[in-house]
Amino acid sequence: MSSPISRRHFLKTSFFAAGTAIAGTGIAKAATPADADKEPLVTLIDISRCIGCEECVYACQDANAHKFADPKKPFPRMYPDRVPVEDWSDRRDVTDRLTPYTWLYIQYASATTKEGENITLTIPRRCMHCANPPCVKLCPWGAAKQETNGLSRIDSQICLGGSKCKTVCPWEIPQRQTGVGLYLDLLPAFAGNGVMYKCDRCYQKIEKGEQPACIEVCPEEVQTIGKRSDMIRKASELAKEMDGYIYGLEENGGTNTIYVSPVPFDQLVYDTGKGKPHLNPVKDTMADGSNLALAMVIAPVAGAAAAVGKFYKQMKEDA
Amino acid sequence: MLYHFTARRTVYGLILFFIVLSGFAQMPIFDRYYVSDIPGLGWLAQFYVTHVIHYIMAALLLGLCAYVAVDFFLYRRFSTGASRADRKSAGNRSSIATRNSLPTRITISGMVKIGALSGLVVTGCFMVVKNLSLVYFPHGVVIGLDLLHLLFGMVLLGATAYTWIRRRTWVV
Ligand code: HEM
Ligand code: SF4
Ligand code: SF4
Ligand code: SF4
Repeated sequence: MSSPISRRHFLKTSFFAAGTAIAGTGIAKAATPADADKEPLVTLIDISRCIGCEECVYACQDANAHKFADPKKPFPRMYPDRVPVEDWSDRRDVTDRLTPYTWLYIQYASATTKEGENITLTIPRRCMHCANPPCVKLCPWGAAKQETNGLSRIDSQICLGGSKCKTVCPWEIPQRQTGVGLYLDLLPAFAGNGVMYKCDRCYQKIEKGEQPACIEVCPEEVQTIGKRSDMIRKASELAKEMDGYIYGLEENGGTNTIYVSPVPFDQLVYDTGKGKPHLNPVKDTMADGSNLALAMVIAPVAGAAAAVGKFYKQMKEDA
Repeated sequence: MLYHFTARRTVYGLILFFIVLSGFAQMPIFDRYYVSDIPGLGWLAQFYVTHVIHYIMAALLLGLCAYVAVDFFLYRRFSTGASRADRKSAGNRSSIATRNSLPTRITISGMVKIGALSGLVVTGCFMVVKNLSLVYFPHGVVIGLDLLHLLFGMVLLGATAYTWIRRRTWVV
């Protein structure tokens, strides 16, 4: 089998061209990504194949154990009192939701098929790796980053644990562990609260050309990883085959994770809540910013034109 | 000089107030420190709301900066050219003479504020581009932009507080 993580050159996508046109300035040119020709990687998840064995959950914990937090107690007192202490370090074995030590969990969903049969689906849930990830883009310290292969990850050396990434994530994926990270060296009482953790798509394995642990281990080959265009084609083929439904192509402006389900996503019944993400439609959270970028190009032109106009008017009056 | 340019100074003051507020709201502090609990200020903890406000204010600030800069440049060129001829015909104050009584030199505190604003505008615009889809800046550049943006913001706030208290103007 050829490596699914081939790094073949690919045409710059038209969206990047559009983005550059919007910015329309020299700045935009300077921003041309070094490897814009590298197409993002997408994982395709065929929900119908998953048997809920949780092999992927434990493989994820094993493969990433060296990244997990090891906080020392007692934690420094934080002010004001409303600041929550989030400590999962004694509950590392919790696997029925996302935690700082469980970046992937199996969500149970009940549903009724077209034939009227009641079924239970098991859905591997973790970070969606949004095409334009608000958790990365809106972090005020730049603690998170998105790689050109489309994966996003939070740098545990820089993250202060303010949890903004979780608030702006449409699925509230990142999870906090108090008592670790850079904030301890700054003003632990008044700013920061630990480090945020989430699936980083096993970047260390991807770098070596390997597959993420959860994909590698799965006995049912539920997940496939590959170039975005290939995976999108595969997803629509699969959806056609099983007369199924797709999630992730449109959500939040598109994500680098695509779920295919035999039952419509809005008919799945499952638990949501803390650490248990939904499967609802999501509008593009970064779209307002991209549209307003255009206003920032027009505004100075309008301002300069107004000043020139005023100047000519005065010249005329003085003449 | 405090009585000149009332309109543009009012507009600038309003933009500055909201851009600073929405800028600081990009950091998760207003919720932690109860500010957003104050009735009417809940929006300060809503990141997407303050994100859009910061962007709109940035567009307005860019428009105002371009207007003032071009106006100042044209006026200075215009007034030196006209004043030589005009100064001789003393007595009746033409509109050109009136304008010649307006300030043409930027003060030092004004320079500091212009420097900080320029830094904010440049780093801010880079960050806007960074936020577009499929734009990947190197990680160090993103961290640098964030810290510089914050630093320029602090300098601007400090210089603004100074000019406010000491009643210093932008130009003389
Ligand atoms: C043209 C002007 C400006 C532009 C384009 C701009 C743009 C931005 C952007 C893109 C961000 C990142 C957060 C987000 O995407 O919402 C940001 C953050 C921020 N801005 Fe601005 N901004 C401008 C002017 C200002 C000014 C005048 C201040 C005044 C102090 C300010 C203060 C801040 C602060 C404190 C942050 C959060 C901390 C950080 O990320 O560094 N900005 N700004
Ligand atoms: S290992 Fe595969 S089959 Fe087992 S729970 Fe994970 S995705 Fe499902
Ligand atoms: S799903 Fe959430 S955490 Fe994952 S990339 Fe998107 S915004 Fe970030
Ligand atoms: S890609 Fe890696 S980090 Fe992400 S869920 Fe799978 S095993 Fe865990």
